[in-house]
Order: sequence, then structure tokens, then C-alpha cells
Amino acid sequence: MIRSEVLKSLLPVISDEFVVCNIGLPSQELHMMDDQPTNFYMLGTMGLSSSIGLGVALVQNQKVISIDGDGSVLTNFGTLPTIANNVADNFILLIIDNGSYGSTGDQPTYAGKKTSLSAVATACGCENVVECQAEDAAETLKAALASNKMTIIVCKCESGNIPVPVITMDPVSIRDRFMNELKVRNG
Amino acid sequence: MSVNKRIVADFVKNDISFVTTVPCKQLAGVIDEIENSLEIFHIPSNKEDEGMGLCAGAFMGGKRPAIIMQNTALGVTLNTLATLTQFYRMPLPMLISYRGELGEPVACQVEMAVHTKALLTQFLIPTYHFHKESDADELDNILKYTFMCNKPVAILTDATFWKGEKE
Ligand SMILES: [Mg+2]
Repeated sequence: MIRSEVLKSLLPVISDEFVVCNIGLPSQELHMMDDQPTNFYMLGTMGLSSSIGLGVALVQNQKVISIDGDGSVLTNFGTLPTIANNVADNFILLIIDNGSYGSTGDQPTYAGKKTSLSAVATACGCENVVECQAEDAAETLKAALASNKMTIIVCKCESGNIPVPVITMDPVSIRDRFMNELKVRNG
Repeated sequence: MSVNKRIVADFVKNDISFVTTVPCKQLAGVIDEIENSLEIFHIPSNKEDEGMGLCAGAFMGGKRPAIIMQNTALGVTLNTLATLTQFYRMPLPMLISYRGELGEPVACQVEMAVHTKALLTQFLIPTYHFHKESDADELDNILKYTFMCNKPVAILTDATFWKGEKE
């Protein structure tokens, strides 16, 4: 399975959840397959999906899933100790690890070589780190949501992309829609 | 009241309840005040752009954030300021220690100091420079302005300011 297939398999689980989605193809794929007010699409700023998601989770009660990539986590490695030391049990970091920089032409990342992101997350002090295969992503995420424990999921999948249009939504609209939905759900 | 206490009091007065910091010697006192404040959640970050991501999230979650950092880190935050904070139009007070100004003992700090205001100007970031202790009288207004216009706003605080020299 490639990332777009993983995302598709996740839709029944994430459609109604607050999702901060990584820059580039992941956001474009999610936007194409299941645009929701609960989705925050990153249009730039590689690496910060986990930081933004943690920030949202820490200040309010709704569950937040940050969908990140292996390349993006490598870009912002400092995020893992911050997550480990500021536990938000309404936060899930889902790293879709295809071992490549998918949005830029599938150049290999170190995560696809010797570096294990789940081992790094554990070493950083994250307490619930689960590595799963692409086929089990939806079940693993469902279990993490049900556990009410901050969880880091590293989902291994194959590299590869599908053609997908860019997001033309205005960033302020994306942000405003997401904020308003959070506000409504928090009552 | 000490200048550190005054700064944190102005943060609290303006409903700032989520502050991320990356340390600087000049900022040690104000970071201690943030850590000890009951009204503010303090989350140290490992890098300033990471901190800006946390602040963006906190803002979307309904809280008013701020970042405390050193000017030498401005370079690593430029992409984040442009593509996240500004592009999505989010407010972010940036309390920045302005290293490399008068009184600076470390020559290398001057190398980023000479670029600091030029970079902030180039990025169209409203910038205030606290040199005398009384300059902090404007902080309350600067914070109100920041959350009025939903922009990142820089408050440069130099060594003379932190020495608390009187006018
Ligand atoms: Mg990847």
C-alpha cells in the first residue's frame, strides 16, 4: 500500500476527528478524498504538523490527530522530546513512513534506511509508541483513539504517489473553518 | 515591580496563556517568571520554528500564545513566519532578546544583530525596540495591537534594557 491508500483506509476513522495534515501530497490527498472542516491542511512549513497538532491538543479537549511523514519528522526531530515531555492524552501522532520524501519525487529518507522512527520516539521518552504495517493502520489508529492515551504510530508503507490537484482554498478559510469547528465541538 | 514581573503581568493582562521559550542569558529572569506563573502554560521548545508551530496550534485551539527567543534564531524561523503565521494570519507576540547590541561581550552575536531589523523589515513584521526600561510601558499596547491585527509582532529587547538603566 502507498500513502494515498493508507489515507483512504483511514477515512472512516478520521473523517469526524480533528486532523492536522502534513504539507504537500498528504494534505492534497486528504483534501481530495474527504474535505472536512475538521481538517487543517498545511500548505507550507515542512515539519511542523506534529507541533501544530500538539499545540491544539494541549489547550482544549477534542482529540487531535497529526498526520505526519517520515521526511517531515526528520526535519523537526526536536518535536519528539517536546511531545514526550508534554503529554496530551487527546493527541495522536500518526507518522506515515514510506521511507521517502514523497512530495518531492520519492528521494529516500534515512527512515527508510538505518533509522527507526519508532525507536527514536521511544528514546525521546514517548510512552505509547506503536509501529504497524499499512494494512493495519486503521485498526491501530482506532485502538489509539479508544485508549485515551497519547500515542505515536509509525505506519510503514510503500513509497509512491497518485496524481492529485493542489489545494486552492485560502489559508485563512482553512484555519477559520477548523477553529470554528473546534469551538462548536468544545461547546 | 521588576521588569520581568511587569512583562509577565502584561502577558496575563492580555490573556496570553501559552508561552513557548528557547533560552537566552538575557531572558533567564523572564523565563523563570513564565515558568512560575499559574496563569501561563510554559512549554519549552527545542527550536524556534517548532515553537511557532506549537503557538499556531494553541491559537487555533482558542488560546493566546507568545514566543520568547533570541534574535540569532530569526533565520531559522523565517519560513515558518511567512508560510504559517502570516499566511494563515495568526497573531504571535515575539519577545526577542536583541543580542549583539551595545554592551554585548560576544563578537559573534553582532553578526546576526546587524541583520535583525533588516530581516524583520523585509518580512513586514511590526517591530518595537526596547532600549530603556520605560520602553516596556508600551508592551500592553503592543500586545493589544498584535491580537487586533493577527500578525507576528517583534519586541526586540537589548542588553541596556535588561540592565534596567534609567533614562
Ligand atoms: Mg515520506
